[in-house]
Amino acid sequence: MSTAKNINITLKIWRQKNTKTKGGIETYKLDNVSTASSFLEMLDQLNEQLVNDRKEPVAFDHDCREGICGSCSLYINGRAHGPDTGITTCQLHMRMFNDGDTIYVEPWRSKAFPVIKDLVVDRTAFDRIQQAGGFVSVNTSGNTIDANSLPVPKDDADKAFMAAACIGCGACVATCKNGSAMLFVGAKVSQYALLPQGKVEATERVLNMVRQMDEEGFGNCTNTGACEIECPKGISLENIARMNREYLKASL
Amino acid sequence: MAKSALLKSSIAKKYWMALTGLFLCLFLVGHLAGNLQLIFGTPLQFNEYALFMTTNPAVKILSYVTYISILFHVVDGFLLTIQNRKARPVGYAKTNPGANSSFSSRNMAVLGTLVLIFIATHMTNFWAKMHFTTMPLQTITIDNGGQVSSFYITSGWGQDRFINVNQVDGENLIIEGNGFYYTKPIKVQFAEGYKDLHKITMDFFRSKEKLFGVIPNEGLFFTIFYVLSMAVLGFHLWHGFQSAFQSLGLNSPKWTPTIHFIGKAFAVLVPFLFAIIPLYIHFTK
Repeated sequence: MSTAKNINITLKIWRQKNTKTKGGIETYKLDNVSTASSFLEMLDQLNEQLVNDRKEPVAFDHDCREGICGSCSLYINGRAHGPDTGITTCQLHMRMFNDGDTIYVEPWRSKAFPVIKDLVVDRTAFDRIQQAGGFVSVNTSGNTIDANSLPVPKDDADKAFMAAACIGCGACVATCKNGSAMLFVGAKVSQYALLPQGKVEATERVLNMVRQMDEEGFGNCTNTGACEIECPKGISLENIARMNREYLKASL
Repeated sequence: MAKSALLKSSIAKKYWMALTGLFLCLFLVGHLAGNLQLIFGTPLQFNEYALFMTTNPAVKILSYVTYISILFHVVDGFLLTIQNRKARPVGYAKTNPGANSSFSSRNMAVLGTLVLIFIATHMTNFWAKMHFTTMPLQTITIDNGGQVSSFYITSGWGQDRFINVNQVDGENLIIEGNGFYYTKPIKVQFAEGYKDLHKITMDFFRSKEKLFGVIPNEGLFFTIFYVLSMAVLGFHLWHGFQSAFQSLGLNSPKWTPTIHFIGKAFAVLVPFLFAIIPLYIHFTK
């Protein structure tokens, strides 16, 4: 049984040629959008219309369209990943909108995430933070110890797993009024800090990752809690508190 | 090898905001307890307390820690706000901040600035007068069978606690150094008078004078200003109290709900009790 219907919407989308040029909001009318389609399918439909009109299609990031890769971004009607919780944009459906709605679509806004084109931003700042310490150094000379041979308390394993659920999409940065990346870094620090394999390099890891985070130009956390609410994977603020503890331990 | 930066890094700034903020919360409790004597104590009791607070060496050290905490909290907060603005050079055309955060948490800088304006005004109104101006000394009037005479009350050292007002600057006694009594011919200091901060406070909130020659009834004006400022402080604490614990890494499913509850109770109760004082003074005689 399908309750899908078609709606007509107005889109206000950020268009920007490249990093160097100044962008602006463009308005598009899009008719006959099925409420059963996903938000990205709706954008595909818009691009088809733009191509038919011999106009430049809107560039946006997407990959798995299953809510697990973290590629799709988009600030929709003032919220990261749009008006729903616990989802990425590919999991947002047009049934969340009504006929005649005006929908704002903007890229993630952060000094550390420069716009590449239209709605696509450069999130390699996250990669550089990971490279600064988000790993465990393992001996790969043939005598690697099986991870499961190390006993890990169930509670710690669960918390580490919940932190590791972070897909690095950047919604926390996009929604934070300070453009802070602390939920991301907190999750990455936590997933290792909780496990025996990660404890060896815990001190350097947190100091290096935080230093890299600051160098990238992310803002400072003021504990508004917006990131936790907008995170598609439900990463908890407890991870930021754990990073704060780890950093204090490492600094003293 | 990474070096920690216990002043510069983003997380270290959080620690400082949290530590100074929590210390200032403690200060508020002490200050409130002292101020409530304006309602529940006698004028002499309040003035004795004021003398203690301005002369006791331990209190002096605490007061300097308080001044430094305020300064650090302000400067650190200012730097954080500037950095955070820079972190998003291009803003959003459409925002919906109410969907995921509280009013207080988003407006800490504005609220903090308003609290700072209040602190500056408040210190000019009372602290500066107490420290830098010549204050009236507390007197009492005694009716001795139809013969009315005024007496200074002193913290006298084994001497009489009352000095007849007519004696002072007359034949026997003089006051010097904002409240010290000396015998006139041989200049021996023998007592200290109480600066009448109680009277200054009462007069301040009951004054019918014009402020800056424009605003009528300055007592009412300041009463309203003080009450509104306490509301602002309440909003600042609503987010600030529990936020400090998170910044220090104290977040656990077991304790965080309790911390949030205490924080919100603190944010309501402390400013409310402070606000009652000017209202009580203004509307009673």
